[in-house]
Amino acid sequence: MTWVNDIVQGVMLGGLYALFACGLSLLFGVMKVINLAHGDLAIVAAYGAVGIVALTHMPGAWSVLLAVPIFAVVGYLVQRTLIQASLNRGVLTTLLVTFGLSVVIENALQQFWSANARTLQIGALATDHFNIGSQISIGYLDLVILIAAVAVLLGLQYYLSYSKQGRLIRAVADDREAAQLCGADYRHIFGIAAAIAFGTVALAGTAYGMYTSFYPSSGSSGFLVLFAFEAVVIGGLGSLWGTLLGGIALGVVQSIGGQIGSTDQVIAGQLLFLVVLAAMPQGITGFRRAA
Amino acid sequence: MTDSSPLLEVRELTVHHGQLRALDNVSLSVFAGDVFAMIGANGAGKSTLLRSVCGLHRPTSGSVLLDGTDITGLRPEKRVAAGIVMVPEGRRLFPSLTLEENLQVGATYTREGPWSIARVYELFNWMPGRRRQLAAQLSGGEQQAVAIGRALVANPRVLLLDELSLGLAPVVVQRIYDTLPELLATGVTVLLVEQDVSQALRVASRVHCLLEGRTTLTGEPAGLTAESIEAAYFGLASAAAPGPWTGDSARTLPEESR
Repeated sequence: MTWVNDIVQGVMLGGLYALFACGLSLLFGVMKVINLAHGDLAIVAAYGAVGIVALTHMPGAWSVLLAVPIFAVVGYLVQRTLIQASLNRGVLTTLLVTFGLSVVIENALQQFWSANARTLQIGALATDHFNIGSQISIGYLDLVILIAAVAVLLGLQYYLSYSKQGRLIRAVADDREAAQLCGADYRHIFGIAAAIAFGTVALAGTAYGMYTSFYPSSGSSGFLVLFAFEAVVIGGLGSLWGTLLGGIALGVVQSIGGQIGSTDQVIAGQLLFLVVLAAMPQGITGFRRAA
Repeated sequence: MTDSSPLLEVRELTVHHGQLRALDNVSLSVFAGDVFAMIGANGAGKSTLLRSVCGLHRPTSGSVLLDGTDITGLRPEKRVAAGIVMVPEGRRLFPSLTLEENLQVGATYTREGPWSIARVYELFNWMPGRRRQLAAQLSGGEQQAVAIGRALVANPRVLLLDELSLGLAPVVVQRIYDTLPELLATGVTVLLVEQDVSQALRVASRVHCLLEGRTTLTGEPAGLTAESIEAAYFGLASAAAPGPWTGDSARTLPEESR
């Protein structure tokens, strides 16, 4: 029965990973930017939420409602300035720039917030749970995060498939020059895609801040960016459903690994990643591309 | 017709690709209702000219005017709004979008005008039945038709057609060119690049020949002889500028005069 519980916990952890990964997946899918600062941006959002709570005294969970739109605006601006400028200089430049951004963010956070671990206080929601049977325990927060992840991915998929703007994003992702010849300013469309990606990363970051304690280097040394990459690769590049499945697969395997030995959690996830990369490099949904 | 001012004018345009001077001081005027055909061998600068007109290349010097307004500094997407729309070489559909979605993207920034997706479906009546198919799954000729439709739904004043016949069977090319009169009837002006000189001469009201980035001939097809076109195409008239005489270019030489 404890195995069943592990799988359940893994699925919910996977929801958080999928939330992290979908912004990464979107940035790569649309503009071929590998955002190495992705995990750090999530942590910035978590610190931002702590700051918002300190300033406004609003309940911790509500800070999400401010953090996400603020990050979306920041995403648009960062895309139109920094990322676009590096895109114009080649794909490798974006890798260097986002790596540099990651270093800058971590050091700036350390400067302003010190290296102490923090959490985003949300009161009883952080620990409340209900039981199914005697072994399975489901935290309300975990469940909310999983539902949020599914809702975000579902909404994003629907938006990309059926909205006018989503269609333009897909068109620009396919061929930006041809999109220009259709009258679309691809840099603006990139900005919109980045705004969405940053919005999801803010959601993921604040969720992470509620879920566990974080510190300035959580984004990279806490493996957040790595897990997000793994979720994307396991699921299959460019597929949002794949990202959800990849996140869940990673979460479940890590959870089971953690049961075998408390230090085996990360290595179990890495093994899954390597096996998928070797056996089906297109990812588990590689045969059909969704977005 | 030549009394009125040109709809599209290219003035002393020079374009470089790095060190290479792809276009050297080329001027031309396209009037409303024209089918203006650019001919020339591979590497003569035809596509560069078209890409400069639609804004994908920035010229070193010279200017592009639409209806007397200088648009040289405008980005490609702004030129679409001004009425210059290109069907790019190699079709360049959005492969992961369906046929209809490709047309919808083209219609996003449309101007006022006669063309709509429904009108394109009338022109190419095989399209409605396959609207949900991915563009990548269409044949080359079908893709070319969709690419033309995608440009038309933006309601261009000047339609640029870059190498329509590239990689297509002659019968398919013919079918596409057969739709040209219907486009012209809606008031579209056409500037096209064509490797197949006889095809260009058949449809054009004006031809303009480039050789190594320079204008070697311009005029109405009826007033040109096969010899003069051949000379302009290969640069036979001036020994100083020998043409790129390759098997490929020789094949596209017109076989007989019109």
